[in-house]
Amino acid sequence: MEKQLVKHAVASLFEQPVHVVNVGLEGFADELTSQGTPVTHLDWQPPAGGDAKLADLLSKLGS
Amino acid sequence: MQQIELANKKALDTMLAGDPVLVDVVPAYTVIPALTDRKLILHAGPPVAWDNMCGPMQGAVAGIAVFEGWASDLNDAVQRAAAGEFEFEPNHHFDAVGPMTGMTTRNQPVMVVENRAFENRAYCTINEGLGKVMRFGGNDASVLQRLSWLKDEMGPLLSLALKECGGIGIKNIIARGLTMGDEMHQRNVACSSLLLRELAPALAKVSDNNASLAAALAFMGSNDQFFLNVGMATGKAIMDPVKNIPHSCIVTAMCRNGTDFGIRISALGDQWFTAPVEMPEGLYFPGFTEADANPDMGDSTIVETIGLGGFAMGASPAVAGFVGAGAPSDAGNFTQDMREITFGENPEWTIPAMDYQGVPTGIDIRRVVESGLTPTINTGIAHKEPGIGQVGAGVVRAPMQCFVDALKAFAASEGVQ
Repeated sequence: MEKQLVKHAVASLFEQPVHVVNVGLEGFADELTSQGTPVTHLDWQPPAGGDAKLADLLSKLGS
Repeated sequence: MQQIELANKKALDTMLAGDPVLVDVVPAYTVIPALTDRKLILHAGPPVAWDNMCGPMQGAVAGIAVFEGWASDLNDAVQRAAAGEFEFEPNHHFDAVGPMTGMTTRNQPVMVVENRAFENRAYCTINEGLGKVMRFGGNDASVLQRLSWLKDEMGPLLSLALKECGGIGIKNIIARGLTMGDEMHQRNVACSSLLLRELAPALAKVSDNNASLAAALAFMGSNDQFFLNVGMATGKAIMDPVKNIPHSCIVTAMCRNGTDFGIRISALGDQWFTAPVEMPEGLYFPGFTEADANPDMGDSTIVETIGLGGFAMGASPAVAGFVGAGAPSDAGNFTQDMREITFGENPEWTIPAMDYQGVPTGIDIRRVVESGLTPTINTGIAHKEPGIGQVGAGVVRAPMQCFVDALKAFAASEGVQ
């Protein structure tokens, strides 16, 4: 019964209009937007631009 | 690392407790004794040697040397500067700030802003107006003539007027200016008018010469940026008491000399962290393009350091268009971005169009490095050649490397590796 409900939920997802949340690289959002797909873009990048050593320092400094 | 949070809270509280009052205008040497008997030229930004100065900075040095009588003409001044006849130091080393090239020398009049909460004083020259002016590297006869008038007539008259009215509180003028569309860096229309409104009766009372009074009022009334230099001295007076708070990583100064950008942070006192300046992106006056532009320059970023300028863009939709920062409706986004890198906000300096939120205040270097967002700065743009002056206005970012280097040094000082 539970499995059937999940299956139905997944199936219904694809029957609805798609709205995408894009995190990080804006190019993915731009591509979908150009194809008419609604996108909410979240401007995000890893802490310290992905510099692991700086991120470690920041973590130790309480940021 | 609770002690860092507590230290930054103390830094923010110190900023918010500041009570800046414009109290006097005096010859620079009377309040900066180092200027008395040395051919010392104070400039904007972190330290820079003559050979590394940009075109407008060298042009301003030549002009001010002629103004002080240290050279017979501009060519003579350049030769003497290159020969090492003049000393150069940053304004920031002497409780002072200066816009763009930031020339401060012996006989120039400086405005005195006193922070009455902490009994410290800061100094800045009088704003010269727009166009061909020394702060943008202008140095011809008209520029020097204006400086002489400021020294001989305008400065002394302002001094008498300020003494007559017992000084003018600046905090309230800025608060009102924010509600009238100023951000206090590239738009000072409201604050200049409010200041003039306070000064005019005192000027009329102390002046014994109608022609001089009329000239002073006309000069202030025709200069939308008159308040900028007052705001800068205010910023310096507010930030100096924030220096040397142990464990605080709040930025106490940001400035540029046209070659390098420099910052200081509270816990590390007078140490500079520098990186090459960026090029502003903006709009140009007719006849000029970005090919004419000099890189970022001036101590005026002290206003961003206290939460104004680019940090208060949301208060000033009109300036967004003036500096080419996008549509007026985008102005609030700049302020929102700056909230991500600041420790708090200023409840006395609020932005009506943003539901009276306070301006983002207290730049935390940890948040800058973590977010990848560097301070947004509204700025004038000088021509890259000496002697020409302002060619536009724009927006520029502080270089990230200053903040990365400061963070590493701060971490080391905290015993963190």
